[in-house]
Amino acid sequence: MPILSDIKAILGGFRITLAHMLRRPVTIQYPEEKRTPYPRYRARIVLTRDPDGGERCVACYLCSAACPVDCISMQAAERKDGRRYAAWFRINFSRCIFCGLCAEACPTLAIQMTPDYEICKRDIMDLVYEKEDLLIDGCGKDDSYNFYRHAGIAVTQPRGEGVEEKPPVDARSLMP
Amino acid sequence: MTASTVDIALFAAKLGMIFFVILTLAAYLVFAERKVLAWIQDRKGPNRVGPLGLLQPLADLIKLLTKEDFCPIAADKWLFYLAPAMAAIPAILTFAVIPFGAPVTIAGRRVPMLVADLNVGLLFFLALSSIAVYGVAIGGWASNSKYSLLGGIRGLAQLISYELSMGLSLVPVVMLARSFSLADIVAAQATIPFVVYQPLAFLIFLISITAECKRIPFDIPEAEGELVAGFHTEYSGMRFGLFFVGEYINIIVLGGLATTFFLGGWHGPFLAPVIWFSLKTLAFAFFFIWMRGTLPRLRYDQLMHLGWKVLTPLALANILVTGWWLALRGDMMPLSR
Repeated sequence: MPILSDIKAILGGFRITLAHMLRRPVTIQYPEEKRTPYPRYRARIVLTRDPDGGERCVACYLCSAACPVDCISMQAAERKDGRRYAAWFRINFSRCIFCGLCAEACPTLAIQMTPDYEICKRDIMDLVYEKEDLLIDGCGKDDSYNFYRHAGIAVTQPRGEGVEEKPPVDARSLMP
Repeated sequence: MTASTVDIALFAAKLGMIFFVILTLAAYLVFAERKVLAWIQDRKGPNRVGPLGLLQPLADLIKLLTKEDFCPIAADKWLFYLAPAMAAIPAILTFAVIPFGAPVTIAGRRVPMLVADLNVGLLFFLALSSIAVYGVAIGGWASNSKYSLLGGIRGLAQLISYELSMGLSLVPVVMLARSFSLADIVAAQATIPFVVYQPLAFLIFLISITAECKRIPFDIPEAEGELVAGFHTEYSGMRFGLFFVGEYINIIVLGGLATTFFLGGWHGPFLAPVIWFSLKTLAFAFFFIWMRGTLPRLRYDQLMHLGWKVLTPLALANILVTGWWLALRGDMMPLSR
């Protein structure tokens, strides 16, 4: 009889709601209770340094090109020894959507996402972070990577003396 | 009976107490509803204002009182202002005939624990429940908005669908108690509540009063998913508050009526009569909230179908069976006075 199954279904619904009434709420009372985000949580963006203390950012513009909301801007400059850096570097966090594409695009692992999600400001202009606000003293997630040791260009060391790098081959002696 | 000063004072005290208790209870029912719905949905509900959020109704009241009293420019002003009162007042008035406790003796007088022991109390309730829908219909009409009008019309259509089965489900109660007076109906249930004799009538009455107080699954006149807020879309501030509080007073009153008609009113072992009455009434209120958290809204035609083709014939058949049974038993009902 359909009416019996209908009644059974309605009573089943009442049973489920009653069971949920007695269950612990999943609410997290935010300002008092805070959940610990996972290490790879995508929130405030930082610029990291390499293990030797130098700025990792080489101002290649890949992050600003990857950014879907165009919130990253910078000006490239070059040191006397040929090492590139950003003269200024600016992230507008009022536009940032925390997608992490900049961190994915970065070849030097300079720009990284951190789990610090509490970015609230009274004034919207305070959400524009300059380079000195972004640059941290640590290495962030990859604490052993130094772009210039792997890059294969003669800026911090002569060619062929980087990590996992073989010396240049003399083409004339390279005979079968 | 001479109306002395003591009588009037007792009467006024009773009225004041009822007003205070009903309005406070209605406000806290809103709070309870939000809490229980939150628990059903694995949330915590309001818990910020005061300890455990218990001052939330007060905060709501302040908010409603300080909001702008808005009236649409094309609205029918007088009817627009009248409608909220017409929704809330019948709900409170109905409580006048509900006996909420055993008669007590104060200063040598036998004081019945109800405001007015009308000998047609049940008819009085049915009449007022029909008047209450005028608030919905007039509010919906006077707002001059399509959502409100649809809500008002739905309110009327809903009324004619459930009212008949509600009235018919009460006929067996009257047949058993042989009185329209609610005090007599309660007295007739001193030993066995009528729900034992009349489970079908109880079920029909329960479904009908759910439609009467416009609660999910019969909140068709409001239907916030389709009609914004139905008949009270255009209302703001305390006028909306009146509609809102009227709905919750209605829950209390209808719960009290269901208690009176079927669950033996204030009768019960061990506890004080008033406490028994409150417990049963609040159990109905809890059931309404629980139902809101469980069931989806019925479609318009489904309510019509349920009211006209299912509940009304069932109620009629129930009356016939009850009458047949009473006739077989002759005048031997232990319940008649």
